[in-house]
Amino acid sequence: MVRKIDRDANRFKQIVRGKIKSDLRKYITHGELIGRTGGEFVSIPLPQIEIPEFRYGSKNRGGVGQGPGDVGTPIGRAGDGEPGPGAGDSPGEHILEVELTMDDLAQILGEELALPNIEPKGRANIIEEKDRYTGIRQTGPESLRHFKRTYKKALKRQIASNSYDPREPLVIPIREDKLYRSWNPIALPRFNAAIFYLMDVSGSMTDDQKEIVRAEAFWIDAWLKSQYDGVTTRYIIHDAVAREVDEHTFYHTRESGGTRISSAYNLANKIIDEEHPPIDWNIYLFHFSDGDNWGEDNRHCVSLLRDQLLPKCNLFCYGQVESPYGSGEFYRELEEAFEDQENMALSEIRNKEGIYDSIKEFLGRGR
Amino acid sequence: MSIVNTHNLPDDLRAIQLETEAHARAYGLDFYDTIFEVLDYDELSEIAAFGGFPNRYPHWRFGMEYQQLSKGYRYGLQKIYEMVINNDPCYAYLLRCNQLVDQKLVMAHVYGHNDFFKNNVWFSQTNRKMMDETANHGNRIRSYMDRFGEDVVESFIDSCLSLENLIDIYSPFIKRRDEIDRYDFVGDGEPDQGNPSKFQSKDYMDAFVNPPAVLKAEAKKRESERDKERSKPASIPERPERDVLLFLLEHAPLKAWQHDVLAIVREEAYYFAPQGQTKIMNEGWASFWHSTIMTQKTMSPSELVDYADHHSGTMAVQPGRLNPYKLGIELLRDIEERWNKGQFGPEWEECDDYDARRRWNKELGLGRQKIFEVRKVHNDVTFIDTFLSVDFCRRYRLFSFRHNDQSDLYEIESREFKKIKERLLFNLTNFGQPIIRVKDGNHRNRGEMYLEHEHFGVDLRIDHAQDTLRHLHRLWTRPVHLETSVDGRSTLLSFDGTDHTIRPLGGSSHESEHKDRRRA
Repeated sequence: MVRKIDRDANRFKQIVRGKIKSDLRKYITHGELIGRTGGEFVSIPLPQIEIPEFRYGSKNRGGVGQGPGDVGTPIGRAGDGEPGPGAGDSPGEHILEVELTMDDLAQILGEELALPNIEPKGRANIIEEKDRYTGIRQTGPESLRHFKRTYKKALKRQIASNSYDPREPLVIPIREDKLYRSWNPIALPRFNAAIFYLMDVSGSMTDDQKEIVRAEAFWIDAWLKSQYDGVTTRYIIHDAVAREVDEHTFYHTRESGGTRISSAYNLANKIIDEEHPPIDWNIYLFHFSDGDNWGEDNRHCVSLLRDQLLPKCNLFCYGQVESPYGSGEFYRELEEAFEDQENMALSEIRNKEGIYDSIKEFLGRGR
Repeated sequence: MSIVNTHNLPDDLRAIQLETEAHARAYGLDFYDTIFEVLDYDELSEIAAFGGFPNRYPHWRFGMEYQQLSKGYRYGLQKIYEMVINNDPCYAYLLRCNQLVDQKLVMAHVYGHNDFFKNNVWFSQTNRKMMDETANHGNRIRSYMDRFGEDVVESFIDSCLSLENLIDIYSPFIKRRDEIDRYDFVGDGEPDQGNPSKFQSKDYMDAFVNPPAVLKAEAKKRESERDKERSKPASIPERPERDVLLFLLEHAPLKAWQHDVLAIVREEAYYFAPQGQTKIMNEGWASFWHSTIMTQKTMSPSELVDYADHHSGTMAVQPGRLNPYKLGIELLRDIEERWNKGQFGPEWEECDDYDARRRWNKELGLGRQKIFEVRKVHNDVTFIDTFLSVDFCRRYRLFSFRHNDQSDLYEIESREFKKIKERLLFNLTNFGQPIIRVKDGNHRNRGEMYLEHEHFGVDLRIDHAQDTLRHLHRLWTRPVHLETSVDGRSTLLSFDGTDHTIRPLGGSSHESEHKDRRRA
């Protein structure tokens, strides 16, 4: 049956894909569906179109909330939905928010962005033994008793010994009847991935840009973790020199000073060689920067990538976040040098809304 | 006794409906007949996307809404519990897969809404046959689409929707002026035949009762008055008009179908307006009654835990936000308690003794009566204005927040009662939307439209405002202007069909005229 809503839904999809009514395209926004995982809110990419109307801007805007907190405590970011009442005014619609697991999130992301599943590299197999309950034994704990088999065996015995009465079908197993499930070891290939996040923390990267990187890394993690059995994440920050840090430091460090991207590439290369030999690992490199590099360093970066990193990794992604200070030349440099490189993805991320396009660019290759 | 409609309502639910309805009536609720429909989530999403009306006109935004609702459900992010439609009979939708305890809760909640729709004065002017009306609208718009093309009509609807909030929400209650009839040409240059100031008289007495000299003088006087009237440039509208959509209907050069489409959008906007105006009260009232009916009557002991879970789910307050359900129900409970104990009137207001106030109980028992009165006459603005008290703010730890321009964050601003109330009322006034009026429909005597934004300290979003002007221009076809204030400066936004301009108004602004031209 064709429902009335299908017509409207199809029309909406066509608008989003840019097939019809291109004047509405500029009102398309992302991320209205809010999910929650472990106390953190995440927005799930879902295109929306906002019809423009006369409305208030965020400046001087305010409202009323409820809960603890001292004067001056920040309670939310402008643009993350309107706080306060007046948001949904449809009558009597209760909307409930539910917790999500990371697996759910990855699945939703994959579905929304039509991401292909990753085919792990064939050569990188570690054989791992896993136990599967496929066997049967005469002894075992009661909790593993195989009811059906036990019943059948007892029934057979009772019929054979003529102690079964069909009018009163009582079957009582004795010790010899009981059968238990048992396990057999099975060799399974295990696919491991090592994700390297490289970020430029030079003075030109502001908090907004780091926020974008964080959101993007969150989704990349979610997706790759759903694709591999074991995932190790390494974080490298760099300005003119690079060092490896933990996740918290990664997002909260602010350095000043210049940028030498090759320092990070060198460090990543060193860690790969020492700890994550490509023969055993699927290696992913994600580099985020505002594209400002010391001029003479660019050539060095290109040769490092070409000779060292690219042959070793499944995928190298460079995400360039737009910053008020950066020149963005590094993007062009890479674009020129690696035009048809299969395992390199480049993307420019203008703002928060560009995150999903960029993820699609990075992970849409199924590598 | 009401007719219980059995639209695919299973027997067990029907029994619950009868029981709930009887309890609701016993508590004094007064409602329209209620028709419950049990739907799958997909069907519910469809109807919810249509704003509750199964037969809406075709438009992509319903599809967008639907996608969001059905995906949100499929991914397990959100779920609509119920929907109620202000209509006679009242339609309410239940979700098939809900547990029985949820259905009970929802039904009780629905009777609360239904009573509110029927009795609250702000709903008194709404169309109670909206179910049929929207279906008619759907048919009309579909026929226009057949005749003039889907894209053309839909784009025109987009433009109308962009202006949808420019209505005068109080106009259903106050007649500000006579309706203007486009075809009423009387008095337009027609010579005056009769002489109204002439007294009736017999022929032979006429010269005496109506002396010719007096008549002549009078005729002359009226003639000169008419001249004056004619020479005075008529201002359109006479007074600034808040119902911009009405003004457009009356004066914009619209084709017949466009006129009808705009009228449809306007009618639906007026239908939905009271729901926005009474969100806190309406939800508070319905929640008050579902909790009363459930806990005192219909819930069985085994359902307690699920009920408590789901009830608190709806009442939950996200840190830093305000839940209209919670605010509404707590305020109503507060009112009931205060009027039960006699905590009102000058004596109460003047009492400063903390202990006396705490123990204050005159045992008047007027609470129930009072909240029924409140549900009849108030809307959210008057409700908050009248009943939000210092004690209440403190008890529920309300605070006001504001936007910090430097950090682009919302921050807690104050816990002062005055400030909280101010913020809350501001956000409720005109549903937290700017008030904009048509000041002149013949600006510069060139048929340009001049709008005026009444500025209360919060600027408009300029990019949106400019795009909205573009839509307005589509309807008006002549240049359109909006006077507003940006960063404390009076500013005029204009769109002449190709270019947007922003320029400061008044003072010595001519030298510093700053133009921001944006190619259309």
